[in-house]
Amino acid sequence: MKFVLDAEQRLFGETLHKLLTEAGTPGVIRSWAAGEHDRTLWTALAQAGVFALAVPERHDGAGPRPIELVTAMVELGRHAVPGPVVETLAAAALFEGVGDEELSAEWLPRLAAGHAVVSLVPPSAEEAPPCRALDADVADLVLLTEGEGLWSARPEGTPRRSIDPARRLFTVTPAAPLASGPAVREAAAAAYDLGTLACAAQSLGVGRALLDITVAYAGTRRQFGRSIGEFQAVKHHLANAFTGLEFARPLVYGAAVSAGSPEFARDVSAAKVAASDAAYVTARIALQVHGAIGYTDEYDPSLWIRKAVALHSAWGSPANHRARLMKALS
Amino acid sequence: MDLDLSSVEAFRAEVRDWLARNVPATPLPSLETEKGFAAHREWERRLGAARLSAVSWPEAYGGRGASPLEWLVFEEEYYAAGAPGRVSQNGVNLLAPTLFAHGTPEQLARVLPPMAAGEVIWAQAWSEPGAGSDLAALRATATRTDDGWRLNGQKTWSSRAAFADRGFGLFRSDPASERHRGLTYLMFPLDADGVTVRPIGRLDGKPAFAELFFDDVFVPGDDVIGEVGQGWKAAMSTAGNERGLTLRSPGRFLAAAERLVALWREHGADPLLRDRVADVWIKARAYRLKGFETISRSDDIGAESSVNKIFWSELDVELHETALDILGAEGELEGDWLEGYVFSLAGPIYAGTNEIQRNVIAERVLGLPR
Ligand SMILES: Cc1cc2nc3c(=O)[nH]c(=O)nc-3n(C[C@H](O)[C@H](O)[C@H](O)COP(=O)(O)OP(=O)(O)OC[C@H]3O[C@@H](n4cnc5c(N)ncnc54)[C@H](O)[C@@H]3O)c2cc1C
Repeated sequence: MKFVLDAEQRLFGETLHKLLTEAGTPGVIRSWAAGEHDRTLWTALAQAGVFALAVPERHDGAGPRPIELVTAMVELGRHAVPGPVVETLAAAALFEGVGDEELSAEWLPRLAAGHAVVSLVPPSAEEAPPCRALDADVADLVLLTEGEGLWSARPEGTPRRSIDPARRLFTVTPAAPLASGPAVREAAAAAYDLGTLACAAQSLGVGRALLDITVAYAGTRRQFGRSIGEFQAVKHHLANAFTGLEFARPLVYGAAVSAGSPEFARDVSAAKVAASDAAYVTARIALQVHGAIGYTDEYDPSLWIRKAVALHSAWGSPANHRARLMKALS
Repeated sequence: MDLDLSSVEAFRAEVRDWLARNVPATPLPSLETEKGFAAHREWERRLGAARLSAVSWPEAYGGRGASPLEWLVFEEEYYAAGAPGRVSQNGVNLLAPTLFAHGTPEQLARVLPPMAAGEVIWAQAWSEPGAGSDLAALRATATRTDDGWRLNGQKTWSSRAAFADRGFGLFRSDPASERHRGLTYLMFPLDADGVTVRPIGRLDGKPAFAELFFDDVFVPGDDVIGEVGQGWKAAMSTAGNERGLTLRSPGRFLAAAERLVALWREHGADPLLRDRVADVWIKARAYRLKGFETISRSDDIGAESSVNKIFWSELDVELHETALDILGAEGELEGDWLEGYVFSLAGPIYAGTNEIQRNVIAERVLGLPR
């Protein structure tokens, strides 16, 4: 038993962190939000091996590697990377699960190489989930599952805007059938679990970044002749944020380790609840500790604050995942 | 990264088997009562005879040289089996680690085997009326004599001292010293001449802790732990253990969370309480995995251990509050859940209050200015 990342996995995370720091994601996020969908960063992430983590080797991937995938998504969350990254990873799991070799051969190598951006409607088993796909207008392919049917889909009209300016959600309708049968239902469930895990990891990264940003701010902002980080109320807020994130992390990695086991869905739900709650709490604390500046659109940390709110309910609200967990326990 | 526990499954099976054959069928009376204390001491003797009272100690002292992972697994099995609370906990989890770090071979050989055998039960005596969170304000004194020390002053809130045999604590050995300097870590008998033990009823009236009055109590020189005047250093190594995993292991909360899920179901699976039950279960799993992470790390977790103390103590309160809410009007009535609830309420106070832990995290982990 060794429940920490090995040196190679750590290095992978550090490499992505460096790449994303150099990319200057706040600028990328703002352009993305303004409708300029440059794929430079997407391509760089593909070259770093991110999408290949969900693609099997026989389709030019390196997966499945859930632990590395979580490691990558934590870094992407830390830098608030925009775009349907989680959706593309989940799409890879969906294709793989459906097992239609022709379809897989058409999409998976392109997806791994970063040549195909895929969005999808999260295939949740909830009753009447919203039929919306993230950044569907940017995607080369949009997927939709309904029962035993897998469809390509097309976006309708203008997107709904999210609190996260980089997230644009499109209502989609089925366009053409791609596959059908019981395997689709199972593949949809597997894709949902993988997407939810990726989203949980992304939340964790968003929360971690918000904590770091806010600790740094508390050390420099001065009021009453001293730095606000000296005030115990501020200290305790930040200690609480840290505590929540510290205990969400093992749940997220623990879920990655249980991929492929019967407990995966249960463990993913536990991870999603804890990570999205911890990130959300951290976002509220970040906002409070920044004061008015944190409440502005133009101040970069507010990009993370808003992402934490959006991810809290993306890929299944905490209430949904708690319900799913309790069902799994019975 | 993995969670492969196959290497400890044989050990787990052995522990599970022994517990299945030995855990009392009816729960023992509360260990915070005289009768319950005696019953729990008897239980410690049985554990000791099976070399299960302190599995992580070296075999020479009555342990099994268990690895940290084996210890975590032992704890999981122990609480899953519904085995009795550990009356020996202050000795096994707090004093023993201090002795391993700072004790002499003679002290280890003299103190540890009877502790493992359940023959000597220990109480911790750090707090004083004027020294709670601010422990360095302590005033009880140790004065050097020809062949040892004389203790004077008062200690308080000493858990289980009402029925325990011996105590360990910090005393000011240099009268000119201030704060954390000039303190010495000493062991003493609770039935020595000059010691008065006054039990204090906790929230439910049970004498769970006691005040100790010292009136020229003689302690031999052999009972100093570590160097004279360096007691603070030794004490802080015990505090680290308290805040880490040992004081309240993950196994305890895993078992309690499973019982909570069962209680919720037995009481009709009220959807209004579902999310709270789910959160408790999730947090118990989080603490388990955090434990695995902690023992997998090669670096010293240092001040980060404060985060564990906050987490388990708040989880314990949340767990029992949820249980009482499930029980509804029955919640206020005497029973196991209420006993657990009363016990949990003290968690955020002892072993360094959670406010102090938050200060530690903010200043020493996050690096905020003092
Ligand atoms: C059930 C139980 C068992 C115990 N067992 C033992 C034992 O076996 N041996 C032993 O020696 N002691 C024991 N204690 C005592 C325990 O260690 C102390 O209660 C604890 O250190 C707090 O001290 P205090 O009670 O004097 O509270 P105080 O220190 O007076 O604190 C009161 C309040 O003020 C807050 N506060 C104090 N200082 C600060 C600060 N700097 N920043 C923010 N907030 C602050 C505290 O967090 C707390 O909320 C036990 C206590 C309990 C409840």
